[in-house]
Amino acid sequence: MHPAISVKNLSKRYDSGFEALKNVNLEIEHGEIFALLGPNGAGKTTLISTICGIVNPTAGSILVDGNDIVKDYRAARSLIGLVPQELTTDAFETVWATVSFSRGLFGKPANPAYIEQTLKSLSLWDKKDDKIMTLSGGMKRRVLIAKALSHEPQILFLDEPTAGVDVELRKAMWDVVRSLRESGVTIILTTHYIEEAEEMAERVGVISHGEIILVQDKTELMSKLGQKQMTLHLQERIGGIPGSLSAYSLDISDDGEMLTYTYDTHGERTGITALLADLSQAGVKFKDLTTSQSSLEDIFVSLVGKPK
Amino acid sequence: MNIHAVRAIYGFEMARAWRTLSQSIVSPVLSTSLYFIVFGSAIGSRITEIDGVSYGSFIVPGLIMLSLLTQSIANASFGIYFPRFTGTIYEVLSAPVSYVEILIGYVGAAATKSIILGLIILATAGLFVELEIAHWFWMLLFLVMTSVTFSLFGFILGIWADGFEKLQIVPLLVITPLTFLGGSFYSIDMLPPFWQTVTLFNPVVYLISGFRWSFYEIADVNIGVSVGMTLLFLAACLIAVWWIFRTGYRLKS
Ligand SMILES: Nc1ncnc2c1ncn2[C@@H]1O[C@H](COP(=O)(O)OP(=O)(O)OP(=O)(O)O)[C@@H](O)[C@H]1O
Ligand SMILES: [Mg+2]
Repeated sequence: MHPAISVKNLSKRYDSGFEALKNVNLEIEHGEIFALLGPNGAGKTTLISTICGIVNPTAGSILVDGNDIVKDYRAARSLIGLVPQELTTDAFETVWATVSFSRGLFGKPANPAYIEQTLKSLSLWDKKDDKIMTLSGGMKRRVLIAKALSHEPQILFLDEPTAGVDVELRKAMWDVVRSLRESGVTIILTTHYIEEAEEMAERVGVISHGEIILVQDKTELMSKLGQKQMTLHLQERIGGIPGSLSAYSLDISDDGEMLTYTYDTHGERTGITALLADLSQAGVKFKDLTTSQSSLEDIFVSLVGKPK
Repeated sequence: MNIHAVRAIYGFEMARAWRTLSQSIVSPVLSTSLYFIVFGSAIGSRITEIDGVSYGSFIVPGLIMLSLLTQSIANASFGIYFPRFTGTIYEVLSAPVSYVEILIGYVGAAATKSIILGLIILATAGLFVELEIAHWFWMLLFLVMTSVTFSLFGFILGIWADGFEKLQIVPLLVITPLTFLGGSFYSIDMLPPFWQTVTLFNPVVYLISGFRWSFYEIADVNIGVSVGMTLLFLAACLIAVWWIFRTGYRLKS
């Protein structure tokens, strides 16, 4: 069986000369929820748009369930539903008309019962005869999801589905995603938030500056991302780390006024209590204490090895 | 062939026309009616017959062409420009449709609207002036060919344009002068010889001449030449569209 999506040596250089994707390789299996994680401008939307046929690749190839997106574009695209990042909807159409339009566009015969069910699952049923421009932003996003689902795709792309969405809708959205997943739909979503990837995805791909830096099972990644630092501001500067504390992963600042302890929040024990006890044993006193979690940015830097 | 998709695009575009009925049908009919009243009845009664046809009747084919051209271009260009402008074009680009299907949907709908409009104006004209149509077949053929060709032209314009100004300026600065100077209101041989020659470089002359011939069997240029020139322009538009789709020009980055 072919993977749901197979991207090989994909590069994209925009007309401006900007290289948005650099030799990307990625495989996504059938039926998984895959999160593409990366900061603004990393190339997430470019990657999705290229797979969906909206952006022309500069080099490389993409197969969707074994169908080349250029040569067998009909077969490839029929399998895909796309919810774009931007709220791009018609203004004057009704919800019902625009969702029916999408179904037809993707080559499916009309099926009012299916569309009714889709609208109901997204709590849009009572809005079906309303013009789209009269809907709120969150409802428009749901309309876009309904459009993407209208032709019963096997693969669903959600480009930042939770941007501008309140907590309740977010929960409702994840419910829809989970039930789609149960019915065997492959889901690829993009996000800026580690927590979101953590909650939803089974595998996570991290993308930065157009490169896929790593692809990993969520659980593995989370332990990697779960590092925290505790910084102790000392009352008196010390010349070096006391020998009795060598068992801890401690760093000393150049001026000898700060000690930084790195620990794993996912570990059974963080070692903080023991460290503090040993510090006072060694006679090291501190006037202040701060903790910080590695930000996504820090993690990128540590993954890539150097800031770009 | 993705018939459902063609039907979806075509239906979407026709629904848009229905929503904007006053703009797409009522206003062109109204403005042409005014032409008939002013030129056909009021001034026309003082103008002698041209080639044995009363002036009011003489201008009917040209006026229909004028509406056909402007409306085809306006409709088709707007139909494709607006989704580009709002971003909804993403859906068509990501759908399993071929370019031919996209074209049939958009251009087919625009041409259909123009043809309907042309027939309505024709019927309206019949209320004001005496009409005779010598060659129904050729009349309809010119109506259809012109609508299709200029809808294609509008489609190209809608893809090329990167702002609403360009969308409006081309019909205003290019098409309207060409139509007025294309013999809508006069016969070419009423012009001084020099301008007669210049006029032959205006493609609209051939359309109006051929169209008028199908009504009254009077023409500025040979009917065969008219058909040939129209087909030539159609072919030019098709080549431009083919190139646009092949390269993704202004549709895909
Ligand atoms: N049409 C374009 N022409 C030139 N550069 C572009 C174009 N579209 C995107 N880019 C550039 O490509 C890079 C990647 O953009 P992309 O939209 O893929 O990022 P992203 O990961 O989706 O970001 P975000 O999280 O902000 O949505 C950005 O630097 C962007 O400026
Ligand atoms: Mg994006």
